[in-house]
Amino acid sequence: MDEKKDLEQLKSDSAQKAVSKPTAEEKARAAAEARAKALAAKEAAIAKEKTDEAVEIKNESTTEDGAKTVSSDEKAKAAAEAKAKAAAAAKAKAAAAAKAKAAAAAKAKAAAAAKAKAGAGNAETPAQEEKPSPNQPYLDKYVKVIGEHLGSDVLEDFYINRLSKDVPTLVVKRDQYYRVAEFLKYNEQLGFDYLSELHGTDFVTHMEVYVHLYSYKNRQSVALRVKLDRDEPVIDSLQPLWAGADWPECEAYDLLGIKFENHPNLHRIMLGEDWVGHPLRKDYKPYDVEE
Amino acid sequence: MLRTEEMLLNIGPHHPSTHGVFRVVLKIDGEIITEAKPVIGYLHRGTEKLAEDLQYTQIIPYTDRMDYVSGMTNNYVLVHAVETMMGIEIPERAEYLRVIAMELNRIASHLVFWGTFLLDFGATTPYLVAFREREVVLNLLNELSGARMTFNYMRVGGVKWDAPPGWIEKVKDFIPYMREALKGYDELGTGNEIFQARMKNVGTYTAEEAINYSLSGPNLRCTGVEWDLRKDEPYSIYDRFDFDVVTETSGDVWARYLVRTREMEQSLRIIEQAIEQMPKDGPIMAKVPKIIKPPKGEAYVRIESPKGEIGCYIYSEGKNKPYRIKFRRPSFYNLQILPKILVGENISNLIPILAGVDIILGEVDG
Repeated sequence: MDEKKDLEQLKSDSAQKAVSKPTAEEKARAAAEARAKALAAKEAAIAKEKTDEAVEIKNESTTEDGAKTVSSDEKAKAAAEAKAKAAAAAKAKAAAAAKAKAAAAAKAKAAAAAKAKAGAGNAETPAQEEKPSPNQPYLDKYVKVIGEHLGSDVLEDFYINRLSKDVPTLVVKRDQYYRVAEFLKYNEQLGFDYLSELHGTDFVTHMEVYVHLYSYKNRQSVALRVKLDRDEPVIDSLQPLWAGADWPECEAYDLLGIKFENHPNLHRIMLGEDWVGHPLRKDYKPYDVEE
Repeated sequence: MLRTEEMLLNIGPHHPSTHGVFRVVLKIDGEIITEAKPVIGYLHRGTEKLAEDLQYTQIIPYTDRMDYVSGMTNNYVLVHAVETMMGIEIPERAEYLRVIAMELNRIASHLVFWGTFLLDFGATTPYLVAFREREVVLNLLNELSGARMTFNYMRVGGVKWDAPPGWIEKVKDFIPYMREALKGYDELGTGNEIFQARMKNVGTYTAEEAINYSLSGPNLRCTGVEWDLRKDEPYSIYDRFDFDVVTETSGDVWARYLVRTREMEQSLRIIEQAIEQMPKDGPIMAKVPKIIKPPKGEAYVRIESPKGEIGCYIYSEGKNKPYRIKFRRPSFYNLQILPKILVGENISNLIPILAGVDIILGEVDG
């Protein structure tokens, strides 16, 4: 319990910078009340009732926030704090019975919903941009290690893909694609031993290959993108690195016409060798003998 | 001395033991396979191309037809991808209904495996027994969604229908029934020594090979890799349930058989907890716009289907239709290792090894 109090003190201290003091304290009190109630709950029915109460309290506190004349940025920050607190509460309860666990998660969700309500319109977007992604350190690490070993000019771009569960994404230069992939697999610090997905996309201006890798050792994901010339879409095959890239590359060749060099058996895996055209290209017209 | 020469043998695409329209061209030396070349694509329907002209909700029924014995997980991966992009919060009751439906479907899928696997070994009774239990599950899912296999049940933001009155009680009754049935399965199949002797050390591969070949699901867990997306990258509400990730270490078809059989028990545990935690009532749909338009950008999500890791990639231009949609279909990836593990095996092991991979051709061909 002491730990929790410390945590709370820390949180409310940091909150002071953003929000006026009474608000932070009120919220801390509200959260503490809610937590105490949920902890006391032992039976499912009771737990559920309390959760409802807790939700009410949360809603109230957020409404108070809204009433105060704080700038929308600060509001968003405060809301984020509230959510973090709820999440912390949920974590602390993880040891308790499964029922209590479910109730806590429900509360966290309710808090998130309340936050969405409070942050009217696009207030949520700046809040997300402010908070760095939990995967940011991983992205920094990948870029640093790659820069140290392969030079700083192998990557065109790198970013955290917010839409895709914050996956670190690397855009690789075409002629460095295989080198980077090989490095990602065999470097000790990276060790991406599993190819989860490989496919191509026709963007009309260019083609693209998207690869999703996973490291079972480090429990980390990375996405790799490479842009190809649409008139002559040629790229090195990853099959020598991950045997699992074999068929997906055949599929991309079949449906998009991307040629993978050094692939041991590149063939039209779905449609058959006599098929005319590549259906997933945006300008594809079905071939008709009678036309 | 007898003169021997290599022979080319074609199996499928129309062969009952290939679980659909799958063809494999074998080179055999006597009875030993020296080369195997799988030929697929007989069931390719161009789902991804068709989806480019469909609104997101209209794509859902197409996912039912990929892995057609496990439509619920396919439904889920699509709506989950869209929900991830749009940041939609799903109502509690809908989450529980989804989980119960998916786990019931996982049992149904593994029952198809269990029955057909033993059928491929020449045992007809287990097939009928497994399909008797599967029928109970399909009836439950039918009551929930209105279809036995092509459910079209999930929607972006929730589920289409709430559970009908008395449905939860029926699922509750199903749990002890299925547990009892599973005991019978062990007596009928698992404990059978002849059957065990036939399965052990057949179609073996190591954990490194499995990872290198992008295998997932039971095909990966049979080598001792403790990896389940429900546990390791929790989606939906799977972090609220207490269940075990079933692994085996021998990496042969026997291990794959055990993993799938034991996984049914774990699914029952999840359903049991879900029913207990589930709110009695409440909304089953979040507030979503009438026309679903994910923001511009791309997303790739992956979840644990009965066959393995099913993924969905969406590139959105911010319109109501996807610019590009791609499904990572576990059977397609899992089947890649087949030519490797078949070499050196006796030809009589071909069918058990193929059945052990647990493929659905609708999913392989996409």
